[in-house]
Amino acid sequence: MIGFNDSDLLDLQRRLVILRVGLLLVVALLALRLWHLQIREGPYYRDLSENNRTRSVVLEPARGLIFDRNGILLANNVPSFALYVTLEDVKDRQGLIAQLAALLNLDPEVIQKKLSLGKGSKLQPRKIKDRLTLREATLIESHRLDLPGVMVQVESQRNYPGGVVAAHLLGYVGEVSADQLERADFADLHQGSIVGQYGVEKTFDRQVRGRAGQKSVEVDALGHEKRAVVAEKPMAGDDLYLTIDIRLQKVAEDLLGEETGAIVALDPTTGDVLAMASRPGFDPNMLSKELTNKQWVEIVQNEGRPLNNRATQGQYPPGSTFKVVMAAAALESNTVTPSTMVRCNGGYQFGNRLFHDWKPGGHGSVDMNQALIHSCDVYFYTVGQRMGIDTIAEYAKQFGLGQETGVELGSERVGIVPSTAWKQKARNQPWYPGETISAAIGQGYVTVTPLQMASVIGTVANDGLSMKPRLVQAVMNRATGERAEFPPTVRGKVSVKPASIALIKESLTDVVTKGTATRAKSALVTIGGKTGTAQTAALRTGPEKDIPKKFRDHAWFVAFAPVDAPRIAVAVLAEHMGHGGSAAAPLAKEVIETYVKAYPQVLKGTSAGGGAKSATASRPKTS
Amino acid sequence: MIDRVIDSRGMDSFDLRFIGLIAIILSVGVLSIYSVTHSQDTTFPFYLKQLVWILLGTIAFLVMYLSDYHKIARLAYPTYAVILILLAVVLVMGKSSRGAQRWIPIGPFAFQPSEFAKLVLVLVLANYYSRVSRVGWLQRVVVPGLIVLPGLLLILKQPDLGSGLSFLAVYAAMLLMVGVRSKALGIILLLSVMLFPFVWEMVWASLHDYQRQRVMAFVDPDYDPGGKGYHALQSKIAIGSGELSGKGLYGGTQSQLKFLPEGHTDFVFAVYAEEWGFVGVLVLLALFIALIWVSLEIAARAKDTLGALLAAGIVAMLCFCVVVNIGMTAGMFPIVGIPLPLVSYGGSATIMTMASLGLLLNVKRRRLTLFY
Repeated sequence: MIGFNDSDLLDLQRRLVILRVGLLLVVALLALRLWHLQIREGPYYRDLSENNRTRSVVLEPARGLIFDRNGILLANNVPSFALYVTLEDVKDRQGLIAQLAALLNLDPEVIQKKLSLGKGSKLQPRKIKDRLTLREATLIESHRLDLPGVMVQVESQRNYPGGVVAAHLLGYVGEVSADQLERADFADLHQGSIVGQYGVEKTFDRQVRGRAGQKSVEVDALGHEKRAVVAEKPMAGDDLYLTIDIRLQKVAEDLLGEETGAIVALDPTTGDVLAMASRPGFDPNMLSKELTNKQWVEIVQNEGRPLNNRATQGQYPPGSTFKVVMAAAALESNTVTPSTMVRCNGGYQFGNRLFHDWKPGGHGSVDMNQALIHSCDVYFYTVGQRMGIDTIAEYAKQFGLGQETGVELGSERVGIVPSTAWKQKARNQPWYPGETISAAIGQGYVTVTPLQMASVIGTVANDGLSMKPRLVQAVMNRATGERAEFPPTVRGKVSVKPASIALIKESLTDVVTKGTATRAKSALVTIGGKTGTAQTAALRTGPEKDIPKKFRDHAWFVAFAPVDAPRIAVAVLAEHMGHGGSAAAPLAKEVIETYVKAYPQVLKGTSAGGGAKSATASRPKTS
Repeated sequence: MIDRVIDSRGMDSFDLRFIGLIAIILSVGVLSIYSVTHSQDTTFPFYLKQLVWILLGTIAFLVMYLSDYHKIARLAYPTYAVILILLAVVLVMGKSSRGAQRWIPIGPFAFQPSEFAKLVLVLVLANYYSRVSRVGWLQRVVVPGLIVLPGLLLILKQPDLGSGLSFLAVYAAMLLMVGVRSKALGIILLLSVMLFPFVWEMVWASLHDYQRQRVMAFVDPDYDPGGKGYHALQSKIAIGSGELSGKGLYGGTQSQLKFLPEGHTDFVFAVYAEEWGFVGVLVLLALFIALIWVSLEIAARAKDTLGALLAAGIVAMLCFCVVVNIGMTAGMFPIVGIPLPLVSYGGSATIMTMASLGLLLNVKRRRLTLFY
């Protein structure tokens, strides 16, 4: 045998000792390494493994519902599918974008932009598209295995059953913008959150928004959902109860029809906005969707500016409706007494300029009552000139002109109440006395919004007590079922003697019965009102029908009813419709009659002999 | 010759301890495989398959245990020739997986010759060294090196880095056992150092993309968690997140949710570590140390050189696989495909390991004849 001898074997056994020592050393090293991983860095790796397996998915809350004053539903939510992508689980981003673009018929760039939007972690799912059609949703679901990191969630989507009705009041919703996300009041939101972008949806977004919930979804390495681990339920937003009566709102909108303009109806005793129509309008359902750039441009550049709420944002010369304010100012400043007579022969000479009355021959000698009934311009030229612009401005402000009414809609415009100080500041020019004459009949620099005028006539109707216009009367907390009522708030009291107010109201009633607004005369209810025609172009030549429509005058009518105990104040503004008496007054009458028919109890107040406040019984709120 | 004398006393307490350790480690493996794959909806799940492999492995164990190891050693060269042919066959018609051809399909199963090649190499080298005298480094180093070379090249060609390294490890262990003179060792070391850049170049060029990535990932695994370092990092997360006492059976989220790839095969240790924590890890390490200790005992008390070399080679192979596998799952070594003996799922590896252990016990059994 030529193998190893015994000494070799002993040699070998000695070397085995080396192997043993070496083995122990190596295993000790392994143990040390494992101790390092599991004990020293254990918590770190534990965190990593938790993140590895869980994706936190936001559960969008349902927005609160919106009702009208009678509990009729104006805005609700319907289920819809939304597509989310979690970048962490996406292995091939470009490939995924191409796939999604093909499946959903989307622009790849839009998807790319959505994916890179926001600075959230890669673990945070990003919303790529909402309102998927059922077909799209099933298409995605059937390709689920090829689309790691893609998730279809059922969410609630805002729905306005009435479509265009009350669009400017309700507003619409949309994804929170990048700018909004920077702000503190949107801190609890994230990219893809839906917020109110217009109307009460925007003003009351905090209440209506609700609180998002969270679902921790355990996913496997391919991003496929295994099970939901923890669920924090989303909390639905609070419900809003508006002051509007949707039937009246619809009537008001239909009255305007295709015409451009606004109708505002208030309850003068509470400030409740009963209706606020603005035309042209828009469909909030469409705007709540994600619009393409082209669609946006179309809406924004539309000549009718449908997104403009003309009731609060349209600024027009009040025309002769301003004479209501003028009358109160003239009486209160003792410029005239009710019986002061002014001679009107069709014009008013100031310096070398002749200011015409609307009636070429003039009205003869008129007192205040007659001046209002016939809307005599010369009378108001005269008293305006006697008062001076600053006195006019003082009373106009008391009636709330030149200021926000405070209604709960954003971007309210204030109009202009001109004064010497205003002109100095705004134009850096002195006030010219001749300008007072234009202002006296609501022309020149004076501009107002229809809501302001409704508030003015409401203040007169409410005997000088001005109520703040409001759109929301209560908010109901979904969780507790508690209904928080907003009491009506007094905006101010104009310093006009009751006798003066009474005279004005009486005169305005005469306007309807025998003056410029006989077309507002109603068999159902006594109405008081004042017509107005706001000139838009300086040159007025030839008969009305020959003037191109866009240069025609705006028609105004402000009214209140019932005269004895007014419960509704209306302002109608119809753009380029010509004379207030013919174009606007009939609309106001329709609105008032609709209201009276719907709430016959407001008439009982009158028949009971001026017990106007007893009619408040029909309104549950007031405090 | 005394090698025909057979001990008739049957199993003693030493044997039972040895077999008991093997059984416990095998159970740990089956349990871990069950834990990772139990949710898979198949009629023949992995843990059941593994039980079949263990059954076949038990037969292999008994065959190797009951036959005379001298006879087995005599078959070493022909067996090596068969293995070389099989390795060549694998290259021609083998089943591919992840760019490597390692398996020969047999019915529904796949046979991995490179696993068996390790054991055959131990037999060949033990046989060789037990017959040649120490007449210089040519006989001790170069000739055995030439024996190793064809198998090594065929395995690296697949490529199977893990088995290739095991091959080299067996060779190195054998050299250590027979005692290389310091002069020869010096020459080898010097040559290795000088040749390293060339060898590295050659090895790097012959590596597949995924292997290069794994080597790169080893250098900096946290660099790109979604990419090349994925395996390494997920394995470290699995082990680390087990902390002291583990997440419990089936509680290993890393493996249950498939973040950890190859959870039932090469990375089964990470699954175990995640579920049983540092405590469980120490227990498993202790089990392996005990098994190796007992095996070294057999090598040390072998009655002849062949037995001692066989035992030492098998122990070295076992040690190498255990250390490299745990080391790679713990992020200490680059990821090379080496299974954890007796624990990882795999037919060829399980049968081969059990056959090796049968051979070991065979060596022990025959040393008792010395006392008669």
